[in-house]
Amino acid sequence: MRPFEYQRCDTVTDARQAGAGGSRFIAGGTNLLDLMKLQIETPQDLADINRIGLDTIDETDEGGLRIGALVRNSDCAADARILRDYPVLARAILAGASGQLRNRATTGGNLCQRTRCSYFYDTAMPCNKREPGTGCGARGGQNRNMAVLGTSEHCIATYPGDMAVAMYALDATVEIQAADGGTRLLPVRQFHRLPGDTPERDNELDEGELITAVLLPKPVGGKHGYRKARDRASYAFALVSLASVVEVSDGKIARADLAFGSLGTRPWHDPRLEQLLVGEEPSKALFEKAADTLLAEAKGFGGNDFKIPLARRMLIATLADATGLNAAGEPA
Amino acid sequence: MKTKLIINGQDRALDADPRVTLLDALRNHLGLPGAKKGCDHGQCGACTVIVNGRRVNSCLTLACMHDGDAVTTIEGIGMADDLDPLQQAFVRHDGYQCGYCTPGQICSARAMLDEAEAGWPSFVSEEMDGAIDLSQLSDEEISERMSGNICRCSAYSNIVDAIREIAHEKQGASA
Ligand SMILES: Cc1cc2nc3c(=O)[nH]c(=O)nc-3n(C[C@H](O)[C@H](O)[C@H](O)COP(=O)(O)OP(=O)(O)OC[C@H]3O[C@@H](n4cnc5c(N)ncnc54)[C@H](O)[C@@H]3O)c2cc1C
Ligand code: SF4
Ligand code: FES
Ligand code: FES
Repeated sequence: MRPFEYQRCDTVTDARQAGAGGSRFIAGGTNLLDLMKLQIETPQDLADINRIGLDTIDETDEGGLRIGALVRNSDCAADARILRDYPVLARAILAGASGQLRNRATTGGNLCQRTRCSYFYDTAMPCNKREPGTGCGARGGQNRNMAVLGTSEHCIATYPGDMAVAMYALDATVEIQAADGGTRLLPVRQFHRLPGDTPERDNELDEGELITAVLLPKPVGGKHGYRKARDRASYAFALVSLASVVEVSDGKIARADLAFGSLGTRPWHDPRLEQLLVGEEPSKALFEKAADTLLAEAKGFGGNDFKIPLARRMLIATLADATGLNAAGEPA
Repeated sequence: MKTKLIINGQDRALDADPRVTLLDALRNHLGLPGAKKGCDHGQCGACTVIVNGRRVNSCLTLACMHDGDAVTTIEGIGMADDLDPLQQAFVRHDGYQCGYCTPGQICSARAMLDEAEAGWPSFVSEEMDGAIDLSQLSDEEISERMSGNICRCSAYSNIVDAIREIAHEKQGASA
């Protein structure tokens, strides 16, 4: 680890000032310290935000919830209101990492976690995300974990997390405090960036900006689910995951809020899917059309080609399950 | 960087570089080598200790971030002449082979049982209503909740046996 100056912040104002002065925030530290040990991240100043508050979940005037940026993943996934009204979020968080890690991991830190691309992690390898201009090792190399949607010639890595995928399905909003003290709201679906020709920038946070909370809209009904395909049953990142909130009323699909994890370069929400599904009668043909639409632009790189049929099966199975059809997509 | 810690009930003072992780502080500065270093990257759980009642990977947190915090290590759970019931259950069920992962397994299991008792669901819980019956805690639940602790000797089935015994007793005692 490179030497750094450590500062403990006691208030949000402290944190804002530290951010304005170029300090890097450390919350749970479970991603940042991992990367600092490998000298992939080399901050000179570290601002510890664990004691600034922002660690509660509160009701909003709109009837939703405001999850503070320092709320631990384990507290969020055990909160009675989240379990009752947003089970997709609890399930997604519980699908990630381990009990120990979730006890440290925070809402804000989880959103900002970096990719798990193995070339990004290996400083002897080329990687445009870690060192712009050096090339992309994964494109012609080991790319089993890489994205099939939203890639660019410069980077094909995924955002690897689970929590954010459920937040995309729920259409949550990120509350951000700028270094000058102003607050802005950004739909989470716009928080992570496509790699384009600047893969080093994972998200829309500007230097020194602090995530203060994630806002969940008023609860919606429907069947909530989180499916995660991975190489072992637990404590592994997703190969493909799917967060779903699906409601059927009078034999027609009334809601189909879907987001995929580890399929695209960022959590993947495709608005064409709900346009295609809502108002229609559930059927295998309909679900196949949805999968065709989702994957129309998908492009594999060899090792990750399997993600395309995997996502297709996962989407069809999830929709069948949520609308009461059998696994083959026929009326049960 | 001066840091005060309450370790296994005792006040301890540390003056170390801010880069020192909680794990290295315990092992190299404070004479408590019970927590083990397996991967140093959050991937194995050998370094698990309990901070303010919660299990964490001590390799992925800095000691200076824990000023004033209460830390419980395996030495605080029980020593050879005074084993905790969970440690005794590991002995009885042969819940290890080389023993390297064991301090982490036991610290983790201790806190995991508290999490389950508090009603925290897991990814394999069918119901998400915040009620967990420890006396019925299934092997699938135990395995999922303990997945953050890897055992290279693969003593998993015996580890689950030991934890199940304590989980099922615990409910019996309080009922
Ligand atoms: C072995 C292992 C397995 C894992 N498996 C999974 C998994 O299956 N699924 C999954 O989703 N995740 C997984 N994770 C990742 C884990 O969820 C993240 O490390 C964690 O959520 C990061 O949160 P943190 O609070 O520890 O962030 P930190 O490490 O403290 O910070 C991460 C980044 O966010 C920035 N940051 C933190 N808080 C703020 C804020 N409020 N405002 C602005 N910037 C901020 C930091 O500056 C840093 O750049 C795994 C991690 C490990 C080590
Ligand atoms: S996919 Fe992205 S993160 Fe991985 S090597 Fe290529 S540029 Fe780096
Ligand atoms: S040494 Fe900390 S998790 Fe492996
Ligand atoms: S007993 Fe050897 S690693 Fe678990």
